[in-house]
Amino acid sequence: MTAASALSETTPPIASSPGYWGGVFRRLRRDPVAMTCAFILLLIILAAIFAPYVAPADPYKASMLRRLRPVGTPGFPLGADELGRDMLSRLIFGARLSLFMGLAPVFLAFVIGTTLGVTAGFIGGRLNMAIMRTIDIFYAFPSVLLAIAISGALGAGLTNSLVALTVVFVPPVTRVAESVTTQIRSLDFVEAARASGAGALSIMRVHVLGNVLGPIFVYSTSLVSLAMILGSGLSFLGLGVKPPEPEWGLMLNTLRTAIYVNPMVAALPGACIFVVSICFNLLSDGLRSAMDVKL
Amino acid sequence: MLFYALKRLIYVIPIAVAVGFVCFGLVHLAPGDPMSSIAPPDAPAAVIAELRAIYGFDQPLPVQFVKWLGRAATGDLGRSIATGRPVTDEVLKAVGNTLILAVGATLVGFTLGCLFGGVAGYFQGSWVDKLASSLAVAGVSVPHYWLGMVLVIIFSVQLNWLPAMGAGPGGSGEWAWDLEHLKYVLLPALTLSVIPMGFVTRTVRAVIAEILNHEFVAALRAKGLTDLGVFRHIVKNAAPTALAVMGLQLGYLLGGSILVETVFSWPGTGFLLNAAIFQRDLPLLQGAILVLALFFVMLNLIVDLAQTAIDPRIRRA
Repeated sequence: MTAASALSETTPPIASSPGYWGGVFRRLRRDPVAMTCAFILLLIILAAIFAPYVAPADPYKASMLRRLRPVGTPGFPLGADELGRDMLSRLIFGARLSLFMGLAPVFLAFVIGTTLGVTAGFIGGRLNMAIMRTIDIFYAFPSVLLAIAISGALGAGLTNSLVALTVVFVPPVTRVAESVTTQIRSLDFVEAARASGAGALSIMRVHVLGNVLGPIFVYSTSLVSLAMILGSGLSFLGLGVKPPEPEWGLMLNTLRTAIYVNPMVAALPGACIFVVSICFNLLSDGLRSAMDVKL
Repeated sequence: MLFYALKRLIYVIPIAVAVGFVCFGLVHLAPGDPMSSIAPPDAPAAVIAELRAIYGFDQPLPVQFVKWLGRAATGDLGRSIATGRPVTDEVLKAVGNTLILAVGATLVGFTLGCLFGGVAGYFQGSWVDKLASSLAVAGVSVPHYWLGMVLVIIFSVQLNWLPAMGAGPGGSGEWAWDLEHLKYVLLPALTLSVIPMGFVTRTVRAVIAEILNHEFVAALRAKGLTDLGVFRHIVKNAAPTALAVMGLQLGYLLGGSILVETVFSWPGTGFLLNAAIFQRDLPLLQGAILVLALFFVMLNLIVDLAQTAIDPRIRRA
């Protein structure tokens, strides 16, 4: 008999119950793929936050003499871009805007979409019809087309891209929120709460939101990777961030002509987008199975 | 079935009008005077006013909208400001070119996706499953415009096997069905195909895994059916979902090929939209968006009806 099992006999099992989120984190910790992705993302996010301290050089300092230095040049570990700026520093600083374009629109869409969807699902009736039929209209546009059309109409710029991507992601989040809420609303415990005299607002807050936020959150995390790709794509088309700001999509665009001279350097910003996007996707998959969400 | 189809068909009409409203609203929300793209900045006010009247921009917005929608219903989308040619002609030509890419990419992606997804779902947990699933995640996560660049670097710059851009030899924008043109479609179609490949693989894998859990599979095996016989039943059950995903992906590619078209200078809708946006060519912009969105709506409708026809269990009428 070991010490551990002796201990477990004396402590009541209830006290060690980790709760729902504890269980989710325990399952997530046992998922090597998700943990690796989380670690890589953490490193990139930290590097982006502390970019001025991490980056070896000034990301804006150009030099005609150092144009398109190859990867591995002394002093320029990842080479230099078409204006002779240090690639490594630009990639580190570029992570700021690229991550922002991946996370911010999804966060906004999560807030707006959840509000719309839960309201539509909970109240039902005419309001549900009005909200969901409006959402249907946006489903008539393929997401890339909608993003490009909106930012094309509003004009280039960070704020306009943010608006465009948020508009693209609100409809799917709303749909998921509405369908989850409609399912929850008809369950017995909501009936019981209503029968015991709970008001609509407290039912929504305690019984509905607590049960729907998890699935909506998991679904939203799966959109981050697409937001990254679309956000950088808008910059790639010249509809997003403006030069000389470092942003991965924009860097990919300005380096396009360099593929004949220095293909490795030209492909680097896209590789960064790819790594971050795949990590977000795998982490979202891990989270989904850890939370046992079926959508 | 007929009743359901009719109901769905009628439901398309308000959607189409709403889509027209969004297209029109979006384009007119835009800051900047559309006349600035054709009239020089120092043009006299009278000339600009006359130009405005020619294109109908002098009328109130609601009037413009109703007129535009009425003409659009008859197939007339006005004239492009930049080129002066009818928008309908320009858009349809571009949609044709984009369709070549999108259909090619969907076919490649669907074939590979069914293969990968089928194998992965059938041998769940094995190394084949892990490999196929990794490919699928990579397919849905890759920024396809970057993949296009990488393929150009490998196959055009380094190996010099395939052309890097354009739709035909000599920079011609005209498409023809011969080997010389086929070379040009290969790289962009391959680039685009990774997206449907990823989605189809994931869907087919999930569907096959779910079907294998059903009791009827065990029953089929128990009655002595060979593996091939069981497989036929599984395919029959998985087909509707896989086909639906394929249809939707084709629609997404129609609108989503704009980034890849930019990389390869493919003369499709992406190229057209790009030009329309940067030249502030409002009639062309709203026409192109409208046609693409309506294509997407019709595709969704066809997918929905086809799915209902194949699988009577999901009749929703």
